[in-house]
Amino acid sequence: MSEPLVSIQAVSRRFGDIRALEQVSLEIRQGEFFALLGPSGCGKTTLLRILAGFEHPDSGSVTLDGADLLAVAPHRRPVNLMFQSYALFPHMSVATNIAYGLARERVPKGEIRERVDEVLATVGLTGLARRRPHQLSGGQRQRVALARAIVKRPRLLLLDEPLSALDKKVRAEMQLELKRLQHEVGITFVVVTHDQEEAMSLADRIAVMSEGRVRQVDAPVPLYERPADLFVADFIGANNLITGVVTPDGLRVPDVGVLPCPAPPDAVGATATLAIRPERVRLGADGGLTGVVRDVTFFGGTTRVAVDVAGLDRPLLATVAGAAAVGLGDKTRVDWSGGDAVLLDRA
Amino acid sequence: MRRFSWLYVPAGLTYAFLYLPIVVLVIMSFNAADTPYRWGGFDTAWYGRLFADRAVREGLINTLLVAAGATALSTVLGTLLAVGLARYTRSKLLDAIAVAPAVLPDIVLAIGLLAFYTAVQFTLGLHSILLAHTVFGTAFVAAVVRTRLAHVDGSLEEASRDLGATPLQTFVRITLPSLAPGIIAGALLAFSLSIDEFVIAFFTAGPQDPTLPIVIYSMVRFGVTPEINALATLLLAVSFTFVIVAQRLSRLTESL
Repeated sequence: MSEPLVSIQAVSRRFGDIRALEQVSLEIRQGEFFALLGPSGCGKTTLLRILAGFEHPDSGSVTLDGADLLAVAPHRRPVNLMFQSYALFPHMSVATNIAYGLARERVPKGEIRERVDEVLATVGLTGLARRRPHQLSGGQRQRVALARAIVKRPRLLLLDEPLSALDKKVRAEMQLELKRLQHEVGITFVVVTHDQEEAMSLADRIAVMSEGRVRQVDAPVPLYERPADLFVADFIGANNLITGVVTPDGLRVPDVGVLPCPAPPDAVGATATLAIRPERVRLGADGGLTGVVRDVTFFGGTTRVAVDVAGLDRPLLATVAGAAAVGLGDKTRVDWSGGDAVLLDRA
Repeated sequence: MRRFSWLYVPAGLTYAFLYLPIVVLVIMSFNAADTPYRWGGFDTAWYGRLFADRAVREGLINTLLVAAGATALSTVLGTLLAVGLARYTRSKLLDAIAVAPAVLPDIVLAIGLLAFYTAVQFTLGLHSILLAHTVFGTAFVAAVVRTRLAHVDGSLEEASRDLGATPLQTFVRITLPSLAPGIIAGALLAFSLSIDEFVIAFFTAGPQDPTLPIVIYSMVRFGVTPEINALATLLLAVSFTFVIVAQRLSRLTESL
C-alpha cells in the first residue's frame, strides 16, 4: 500500500449558517486518481478550494507529504488547479499561458520552451502554441488548461468539474484522455464532479459527499455493490429501496410479504432498508412477488422494466439484457436472491 | 426595395433638432463674412486668427495641462477604487457614493469645492482646477472600470496565484491587462470631460490662468465671433474622436 500523499483531518468550514464541511477526514494516496463526488452544495468544491489554498477551514488540518499545507500561501503550494471555467488568460497565447507558471518559478527560458513544447505534444496541441484562447474550441481550451496545470509537475493536480463544459462526444474522448494522461505523468489527480458515471469511470477511489460530510470512500465497484448508507445507495446508479423489518427469513414489509435479503442474527427485529440493483432483479421467475408491468424502456443493449407491486409505493425496476419478454400491462413475477440485496440504515 | 415608413419623418426631424445647431456652427466657422446673417464664401481665415490669439493659446495650454493631470490622477485613483470596491466590499452604499460625483449637478460640485478650498485656505489656480476635475474624473473612471470588472472572470486571478504568481505579480500581469480596455476608455472619458468643463473650472480657477472654456466665455460676452465658431469646431472634432475611441474600446471590452 502506498503512502498517503494528502491527509485531511477533521476539516470543518461554515459560511454563515451553512455548514459546507463537517469534520471531513480523508486520505489521498500517492499516484491515485481520486474523485470527490456529490450533488451540488455538498461541500466538494469547498474542499477542493481548501486544497488549492483559496479557502481556509475553520478547524482541522491538512498535510501534504506530512507537512502542514494550510500554512502555505496558494502560490507556494506544489498543487495546481484546473478551473471549471478553465480560466485561460485571454490576453496571452496558448504558449504564454502554459509558460506562465514556469516563468514565475524563474525557470530558464530555454527550458521553458522545451517543457511547453513537450506538454503541448502530451495533450495533442502541437501547432496551436501561438493561438489565443478565444480561437480554440471547448475541447482544445480544456487541453490548454490541463497542460498549464501539469507543466509545473505539481505533487497534486486538482480538477474542478473538468468535463462539465464539454458536449457529450468530446466528454467521452476527454475522459479517456484524462486517464491516459494521469498514467503518463504520474501525478496524483483529485477530481470534483457531480456526475457519478464520470467519477466511476475515471477514479481509482471515490469519496461520496453529501451535506458537508463524507458518506463513503471506496473503489467504484465496492461503492456500487456495497453502499454504506441509503444516500450512497440512492445516489450511485439506480436502486430499488424498500423499507421493512428484518426477520430471520428476510425483510418483512407490511402488505407485501417477506422479501429475500441477508439477515444477520444481530439485525433481526430492526427496521432497515433493502437495496437491490435493477440488474439483479429477475422477471418471470417462479417465486417472489407478483406485479403488473407499468413501463418498458428499451435502451438498445438493455431494457428497463418498471413493475407495480401492490403494497410498494414505488414501482420495482428491473434491467434485463436485450428486449424484454413482457409487455405493458402484463402480470409478471419479480424475484431476486437474498445475497444480491444489501441491508442499509438498520435502526 | 424597402417600403418607405412615415416613422422616418419624426426620426429625421429629431436628428435635425439634435445636430442642426452643430452643423450650422461648423459651417459658420468657414464663413468669410464676420456675421452669421450673410455667407461670404468659404474661408479658413478664422482658424488662422484663432491660432494667433494669445489668450486662446494660453487657455488651450492651461486646459491641456489640467486635463492631462486630472486624467492621470483620476485613472490611477479610479482604477484602484473600482478594484478595491469589487474585491473588498459588498456595500451598495459605498458603490453608489464612489460614482456619485459623476452624476451630481456640476454646480453642486463647484460650490462645494470652492467652499472647501476656502475653508482649508487652499490657493486657487490651475492646481485647484486639476484637483476639482480629478473628483469627477475619478468617479467616471471607477464606473467604467467596474463595468469592465464585471465582465472579467474572477478565477483568472486565482489561476495566476495557483500557478505561482504573488499577489503583486497577479495584479500587474493579469488584473491590469484584463482591465486595460476599461481603464483606457475611462481615461479618455475623463480627458474629454475635463477639456470642455466650464462650471467647476470657473468656480475653482484663480485670477490668472483661465482654461479654454473660461476664455471662450469671456470672449462670448462681447458677442459670438466666427473665431469662436472655429474654436468650437476644433473642440468638437477632438471630443468626437475621443468618444468614438472610448466607445470602440468598451465594445472590445464586451467581446473579450
